[in-house]
Amino acid sequence: MSNPNPKPEELVQIGYQPPSKDWMDPSVEFRKGTFCYSALPKNLNYLGLPNAREWQPFDEDWKLPPDWKQIILDGMKERLEKYRSFRLFMDICVRCGACADKCHFYLGSGDPKNMPVLRAELMRSIYRRYFTPAGRLLGPLAATPLAGGRELTEDVVKEWFYYFYQCTECRRCSVFCPYGIDTAEITMIGRELLNLIGCNINWVLEPAANCFRTGNHLGIQPHGFKDSLDFAVDELEELTGIRVDASINRKGAEVLFIVPSADYFGTPHYYTFLGYLALLHEIGLDYTFSAFASEGGNFGLFNSHEMIKRLNAKVYAEARRLGVKWILGGECGHMWRVLHQYMDTMNGPADFLEAPVSPVTGTRFENARSTKMVHICEFTADLIHEGKLRLDPARNNRWTVTFHDSCNPARAMGLLEEPRYILRSVCQRFHEMPENTIREQTFCCGSGSGLGTDENFEMRMRGGLPRANAVRYVKEKYGVNLLACICAIDKATLPPLLEYWVPGVEVAGIHELVGNALVMRGEKPRSTDLRGEPLVELEAAHA
Amino acid sequence: MPTFEVNSHQYDVDEDGFLQEPGIWNQDVACDFATTEGVEQLTEAHWKVINYLRNYYLQFGIAPMIRKLCKETGFKLNEIYQLFPSGPAKGACKLAGLPKPTGCV
Repeated sequence: MSNPNPKPEELVQIGYQPPSKDWMDPSVEFRKGTFCYSALPKNLNYLGLPNAREWQPFDEDWKLPPDWKQIILDGMKERLEKYRSFRLFMDICVRCGACADKCHFYLGSGDPKNMPVLRAELMRSIYRRYFTPAGRLLGPLAATPLAGGRELTEDVVKEWFYYFYQCTECRRCSVFCPYGIDTAEITMIGRELLNLIGCNINWVLEPAANCFRTGNHLGIQPHGFKDSLDFAVDELEELTGIRVDASINRKGAEVLFIVPSADYFGTPHYYTFLGYLALLHEIGLDYTFSAFASEGGNFGLFNSHEMIKRLNAKVYAEARRLGVKWILGGECGHMWRVLHQYMDTMNGPADFLEAPVSPVTGTRFENARSTKMVHICEFTADLIHEGKLRLDPARNNRWTVTFHDSCNPARAMGLLEEPRYILRSVCQRFHEMPENTIREQTFCCGSGSGLGTDENFEMRMRGGLPRANAVRYVKEKYGVNLLACICAIDKATLPPLLEYWVPGVEVAGIHELVGNALVMRGEKPRSTDLRGEPLVELEAAHA
Repeated sequence: MPTFEVNSHQYDVDEDGFLQEPGIWNQDVACDFATTEGVEQLTEAHWKVINYLRNYYLQFGIAPMIRKLCKETGFKLNEIYQLFPSGPAKGACKLAGLPKPTGCV
């Protein structure tokens, strides 16, 4: 508040000249706009996490536990033994620099410690000092530039906090690493270690604590969920003339549908929620929501492996309790990394469920035969491919659309074609951004992994600059005015990013556009889209 | 914990200036916090939004969907921004003494 946000023309003056100080110097300046606030003690207490206290990153004294150093070293040792990937990633980097200019935070800040190689080196230098034979033999002598080691000091803890919360765990850098090092996993371990001594951010832990209390990040209680769902059903009826059935906690339904809670709270997420309701009604899917598994997202991913598992457990537990056959999941980003890469081994096997089969098309989702959970874009693309939907793409004529591949669905589960196939079916004007900014090379929104909070505004705008720049390109070249995406964090954080860098481009979920185009049996003539805005003719839209 | 002082009242707030104890809210609190949100005078329109938020919060323990707030108060989203320059979540909720929503919003 006292520190007004910098203007775009100021922020875009990025210096790529490295600072004169040695990179081994860990000191950082916690300047407002470039870090997130600490987690509130009530949230640590709720989750049973250590060292709950009042503190902020800009305080001199972080009130660490007296034996903090031993806790970190013990925690590192345990994880080096537990995760072979972690030890491998510590050992095999040759510092070729292929990743250096692939990080959106480096591109947007010019800070060399945001090069993925150097961000990881902040931890590797501790690894070399304390965990390699040479480091143990040389002791403090290993903490020299030549030996590449550093002493673990409080300043290193502060530096880790600063830079491991300036990584959105988007994994773009890992696409370019010739050794396949996944730097996001190093960030994840870094955050886990910080968590052991109570150095967390509130934007991660409050949603996690809420999730534990009410089943979802926002802290919506069952009667609140029902109130929102009833409101959406009423509004959809006003828009389409059709009253849809939408149940919560209905035992015996064929499918459990889990969406990010922001879909029934935020804007523009809500219009995607209307799209889901319209689509699932039209095809007659026998499905139910759950007030317990009322969140697809999992902010545990941004805290620790243990927290991922704790928050994810409700998905299979609720599928079992309700007696469904399989699970359908909504438009969410990191949710799909957890569901696709962790859920099966953490809380599975879900052998009480059936391999998912679309009751409408008979398609068997072989890719999900183990997890039993299907992405709604896979499901909808199949419906369109099999000719089961009547679509009028002209109803999306107010939009010229491009698609932002949300990091995790793209890189963690390879969901690249289905969203595009849907978009080409539900709107008439679709243009891709440049190829090195989409698909597996997609640029992050800059606010993922729990960093999408207001106090971190400057760093979010910096991190989102490469994405916004690509949007600007298609806006100027093709007149794009809508960025479609399939992630709730995107829907929350891309609107302010685009307003900052590319005013005039709005954000929507894919199923909002599906809901607009979907011709429902018995519907009244539609005069508006799901946002309540009048439908426009293509000629009028061009005028 | 930061505090916010105005008109000889003192409030415990979070780093963003949100009231820490929603239970102590009354109309004077809304007037006091209006000064931090660039709201010069609370009009009938402001009170309509604030009272709606407050009543919803007492019933459900959280703010309503933004879409629902707009529909039930009859204000479009841009009109809410005109009333509360920081918007419904950060501006209007702060004056109504609601906690700030967290997560993918």
